[in-house]
Amino acid sequence: MNDLVNGINVSRRRFIVGASVAGAGLSLGILPAGKASADGHLDEVNAWVVIAPDDTVTVRVARSEMGQGTLTGLAQLVAEELECDWEKVTWEFPTPGQSLARERVWGPFSTGGSFGLRGSQQYMREGGAAARMMLIEAAAQKWGVPAAECYAENSVIYHKGSRRKTSFGKVADAAGKLAPPTEVRLKQESEWKVAGQPLKRLDTADKLTGKLVYGADIQLDGMLLASIKDCPVMGGKLVSYDEVAVRDMPGVRGVVKVETALGTSGVAVVADTWWQANKALEKLPIEWDLGPNADFDDAALTELLEDGLDADEAFIGNAGGDIGAAFAAADRVVEAVYKVPSQNHAPMEPMNATAVLTKDKCDVWCPTQDGEAALAGASEASGLPIEQCEVYKTILGGGFGRRGRPDYVHQVVEVAKAFPGTPIKLQWSREEDQKHGFFHPTTMAKMRGSLDADGKLTGLHLRISGQSILAGLAPQALQDGMDRLVFQSLFKQGVAPNMEDHVISYDFENLLVDHAMRNPPIRPGFWRGVNMNQNAIYMECFMDELAAAAVRDPLEFRLAHMGKNPKGAAVLKAVAERSGWGQKDGKHRGLAVTYGFGSYVAACADVTVSGNGDVKIDRIVAATDCGTAVNPQQIEAQVEGSFVYGLSALLYQEITFDQGVVEQQNFHTYPSMRIKDMPKVETILMPSGGFYGGVGEPTIGVAAPAVMNAIYAATGKRVRSLPLKEQLKA
Amino acid sequence: MKTLKVNGKRIKVDADEGTPLLWVIREQLGMTGTKFGCGIAQCGACTIHIDGKAVRSCVYPLSAVTESNDVTTIEGLSENGDHPVQQAWAELDTPQCGYCQPGMIMAVAGMLNDMPNPSDEQIDAQITNICRCGTFQRVREGIHLAAKKS
Repeated sequence: MNDLVNGINVSRRRFIVGASVAGAGLSLGILPAGKASADGHLDEVNAWVVIAPDDTVTVRVARSEMGQGTLTGLAQLVAEELECDWEKVTWEFPTPGQSLARERVWGPFSTGGSFGLRGSQQYMREGGAAARMMLIEAAAQKWGVPAAECYAENSVIYHKGSRRKTSFGKVADAAGKLAPPTEVRLKQESEWKVAGQPLKRLDTADKLTGKLVYGADIQLDGMLLASIKDCPVMGGKLVSYDEVAVRDMPGVRGVVKVETALGTSGVAVVADTWWQANKALEKLPIEWDLGPNADFDDAALTELLEDGLDADEAFIGNAGGDIGAAFAAADRVVEAVYKVPSQNHAPMEPMNATAVLTKDKCDVWCPTQDGEAALAGASEASGLPIEQCEVYKTILGGGFGRRGRPDYVHQVVEVAKAFPGTPIKLQWSREEDQKHGFFHPTTMAKMRGSLDADGKLTGLHLRISGQSILAGLAPQALQDGMDRLVFQSLFKQGVAPNMEDHVISYDFENLLVDHAMRNPPIRPGFWRGVNMNQNAIYMECFMDELAAAAVRDPLEFRLAHMGKNPKGAAVLKAVAERSGWGQKDGKHRGLAVTYGFGSYVAACADVTVSGNGDVKIDRIVAATDCGTAVNPQQIEAQVEGSFVYGLSALLYQEITFDQGVVEQQNFHTYPSMRIKDMPKVETILMPSGGFYGGVGEPTIGVAAPAVMNAIYAATGKRVRSLPLKEQLKA
Repeated sequence: MKTLKVNGKRIKVDADEGTPLLWVIREQLGMTGTKFGCGIAQCGACTIHIDGKAVRSCVYPLSAVTESNDVTTIEGLSENGDHPVQQAWAELDTPQCGYCQPGMIMAVAGMLNDMPNPSDEQIDAQITNICRCGTFQRVREGIHLAAKKS
């Protein structure tokens, strides 16, 4: 989400900068080891493309890979422009330290907001195209012919006239020494051969054999292991601990107070193995000052959120027409209150990081969604200048927004201070991961809609009350106190350039969307789908309520307000048609549509609800218009997975607090969907071309509301709060 | 000192008998394919085989393993990564982040040892591993594909 927060800053010249400082990279010795061939020459054509003498092409990918497939998609785009043999493509992560030393040649490392591919595609395609032109130029110079008479195909360069040919690997060294082109022409989508294809991921093989090294798997010589407990209540502090009680336990090497610049305060046990460290930590007597939030609980939260539902003051996110007049003239006013709780990301790999700290160097290995934030964290925590720090990223065992925060990097460096020169791996327990998340913001919404005598919707007021992510994480990004991100997928078109990806799907004559900010003592964060999730629930479930009140078909009722949103209407109609909407076949269906992260998405859910209130989701039909489909099979995988994530939240997940402490501390109380509950997901890809929309997040937005509306169709009961749990059992 | 038979090889380990096999495998033997996910046998990321049966190693103490038990981890499931389940997973490009997949693959391979051609209902009952990326659709398809291959 950082790109979204800061505004997009994509330099079209980035690849040129990269190529021109390649020589400087050589002299500074900052190129990754292993890229020089045996005779010492370098194969870097430019920052994005490295070609070995055997024609192996290494694409450098700065964005993180956490399962979303960005790595493969970006490599496809570079390979497309490069005209290389896809079978010879591999990848590597440049480090944030190298990037900094080369004037941020690789651009932002931050990977969130479904931005990984769409935020990098332009400059990476340009990088691939520039590298191809340089390779051709190098071959042309060697042959003494004009470059215009040569072309590249499948990693081979041909001269049209003389039928001479050479391979990329043979001219890569010479190409890397050439001045980069000042202008490149990118291919049209219609010309694509590698991009746009449903290719297999580049990172699958080692995920099947256990060979892939995640952050949790880092092993360094002489490494010690740490387990940590941070103060269980937000805003509390470590007071003391009794080291003597655990000092003689097997393997224990030390107990370390861990206070970070981010305000966390806790204690870690360091031992020869993590099992030993964690055993000792469980036995360690600890005294906490629980601070001002030690009595915070669900009742306090509800009181806080309810207070905002009718508050006089609220930030206006979208307004048009005259809502007061609409309600005054209404034949009927429909009203409903909804609630969405806090949720944890709970990636399968609990937080971890490994660090080696000496007096003049701080090296960190970690799974992170933002290598540069991790690097800044290493520098801040170690007190060393950033040039003396480095971060080596691994593939992430899930991220979902959680790993954009560098808290665990700060912590491991603090622990490493007590063991100079010794590698320390800090591994959180699942319980620590649950207690110290950056939780999906919790909000309530009061929805009011006015209908005229003909059942036409004349006015809509959507009042959001609750938590702001920016207020908790980046208050400097608030604008006069307002958090615009709160209005994701509800925002007005044409107001703010970096909110254009999150505008409302409907055109209403009289509309008011406003936010009464109420921030509980819960650490908020960007959670896959972010504020689109609850906003789509509020809007789409209430549209269903209004349609029912007006005795209109929910599809027609929606389409009546989508005249100016043909792409949104198209995905909605597509799921309705595929799912058999309107058929009298005894099935219970629910619809939802939204626009988020630059993509138009819709879903239709079929559910069966048994007599005793058990919900079975029989089928999901989902459609997405993400503009450009770089790898269709990976997009389908993301859509399928987004329903598991979104429906886990709908069915089971909430984070609640008792005496300030998270109550759901592992998967037995924070369940996640398993195979038996996953519905069949049918994905309809409708890329309409001309833009790049996000993929990882958008369809989460329609997952919960489509099912909630189908539950109404099946039972006549409205579910208005998450999670569903036993709500239908009464 | 205790001798274990892991992936067909006899290996001496020096760990407290109460240590879960997960941590013996990861920390004593240095084989990190078997993952830590929850520590309470909920998620299945730590699934290994003992005598061909899938077990959750995060709650399986070293004391419960004898020298005669065959312990198999993801590293030993096949010599060349070509067990039918691994082949099916590769064909369908099943993993997303992949962190849960060694455990998922071991759980599935263990099920297929007893149930070479499971129905969807049997899959629902047997495979209870958590995958937060949500790969289940391809996992299910992959199980049926692997059943055909084996």
